[in-house]
Amino acid sequence: MLLCALSVLGIVALVVTELVTRSKLSLHEFGWKFFFSSQWDPVGGEFGALPFIYGTLVSSALALLLAVPLAIGVAVFINEMCPAGLRRTISFLVELLAAIPSVIYGLWAIFVLAPILRNHVQPFLASTMGWTGLFTGPKYGIGMLAAGVILAIMVLPIIASITREVMLAVPHPQREAVLALGATRWEMIRIGVLRNARAGIVGGVILGLGRALGETMAVTMVIGNTPQIVKSLFAPAHSMASVIANEFSEASTDLYLSAVIEIGLALFIITLIVNVIARALVWMTTGGMPVRADVQ
Amino acid sequence: MSSSGFTLGRLSLSRRLQDRLATMAAAAAAVIVLTPLLAIFGYLVVKGVGSLSWSFLTHPPAPVGEAGGGVGNGIVGSGIILGIACLIGIPLGVGAGIFLAEYGRNRLGYFIRFTADVLNGVPSIVIGIAVYGVVVMRQKHFSAFAGGVALGIMMIPTVTRATEEMLLMVPQSIREAALALGIPQWRSTLSVTLRVATSGVITGVMLAFARVAGETAPLLFTAFGNQFWNTKPNQPMAALPLQIYTYAISPFDEWHRQAWAASLVLIAFIVGTVAMVRWIAGRGMLKGAA
Repeated sequence: MLLCALSVLGIVALVVTELVTRSKLSLHEFGWKFFFSSQWDPVGGEFGALPFIYGTLVSSALALLLAVPLAIGVAVFINEMCPAGLRRTISFLVELLAAIPSVIYGLWAIFVLAPILRNHVQPFLASTMGWTGLFTGPKYGIGMLAAGVILAIMVLPIIASITREVMLAVPHPQREAVLALGATRWEMIRIGVLRNARAGIVGGVILGLGRALGETMAVTMVIGNTPQIVKSLFAPAHSMASVIANEFSEASTDLYLSAVIEIGLALFIITLIVNVIARALVWMTTGGMPVRADVQ
Repeated sequence: MSSSGFTLGRLSLSRRLQDRLATMAAAAAAVIVLTPLLAIFGYLVVKGVGSLSWSFLTHPPAPVGEAGGGVGNGIVGSGIILGIACLIGIPLGVGAGIFLAEYGRNRLGYFIRFTADVLNGVPSIVIGIAVYGVVVMRQKHFSAFAGGVALGIMMIPTVTRATEEMLLMVPQSIREAALALGIPQWRSTLSVTLRVATSGVITGVMLAFARVAGETAPLLFTAFGNQFWNTKPNQPMAALPLQIYTYAISPFDEWHRQAWAASLVLIAFIVGTVAMVRWIAGRGMLKGAA
């Protein structure tokens, strides 16, 4: 039993050493410059990860922007407002959203979501908010916006289920106290529940962020795979996970391969930090009760 | 709360309005969230069901341009890779879970629990890179075994957590009863505590299984995919999610149709597993797992 438990430590150690040793070449060659250069030229042997980092951060931020209000809304609805008979069905359906494989999200995004964005959403955004500079340029459908939307759908169930769990952890007398003061139901939820569950909800959001940062297939299929930094969300972009998926098995030189692996290392470190913060926040709210982040 | 209608009557209009608006907003959020779910399932069925046939499920892909062909090799390949994953992930995960539940109330236990959480958060593509370095580079070629190792590693944290939670739900008195019979502790843990928690552990294992069954990223450079029949674990092997990916990004309409059909097969398998989990969890001795 102890051996099994230690194997978990061993695996994580192995992952770290693999990433570090195999990216050594690129670490030595480029140093910190790797993360600030936007030159990605496999033929010329110049590698900079900035466009991928940019794409990962922007698509994940976009996803959270869209997903967080909806996730909290649906959690509040299921926990506090929903008729009892409907509760099981809706929560099962939301959990089902988490069970859909990433590649199927990608397939759906290519053939359904992207055309909808191209024909309806993008013309609307361009005409109403084009002045911001975020919604300009040719409308391909595929690009940063599509990646953000599909990621939002994918992280929603995670944020919603953690929000529900931390809301349930708020002691019942809190609600009763607020109600006894004459609050309406919404005031009770806002003051008695959401305010007390705040740290845990933030933890859930950050856990969703961790998922969005590392998400590979669906993003690769719709982000457009173009290493560039462009302000417009309509433009194709690239992400850290997608460049690994696309170029890892094509990397022809040792330096190329080690640059791709260094991106993997950076992705590992970022998701590690994000996850540790999230766990700490959720733990603070639920008082150490185990939280199942991978509820299906 | 609706019983407080008397109080509501004396509330100011703006507060009542706010309450109504918030309720409507939350309900609207629920509707918006469920729309993509229904849309995805709807499209999968509408676009996929037409291409489903017995030969689609049993034949390997046809050469480009030729009609017919299927995902038979992908289904079998996924089965083999998942089998290898289970052989690695279940014993290690259950073992680690037992350790955490029975002997894990110390610093080492907390550290391992934390590491399992870390492993759970590692992006699947990064696991793929690590397994590529450890297995594929050593073997000098892609293999189903490498794919199984990658998926097995991904199963471990979920199985560990589920096992620990389920074992902790077993009442202390049952352990004491077993120990009172003079059984050594390891025997009591295996034959009594674990026995009581079996249905819960199975639930956790199946959830982990459903989670990795659709994984594509870690297979890209481990199992790699294969257009032909292969049942040798030492060779590159097709897997259903990999085939969906290849077909989806291809320029051929025929392959797009097959991608939808293959997705329908995959999702039916996964949802079937999850539904079975709920059924087992609902009937089992330890409820509340799913």
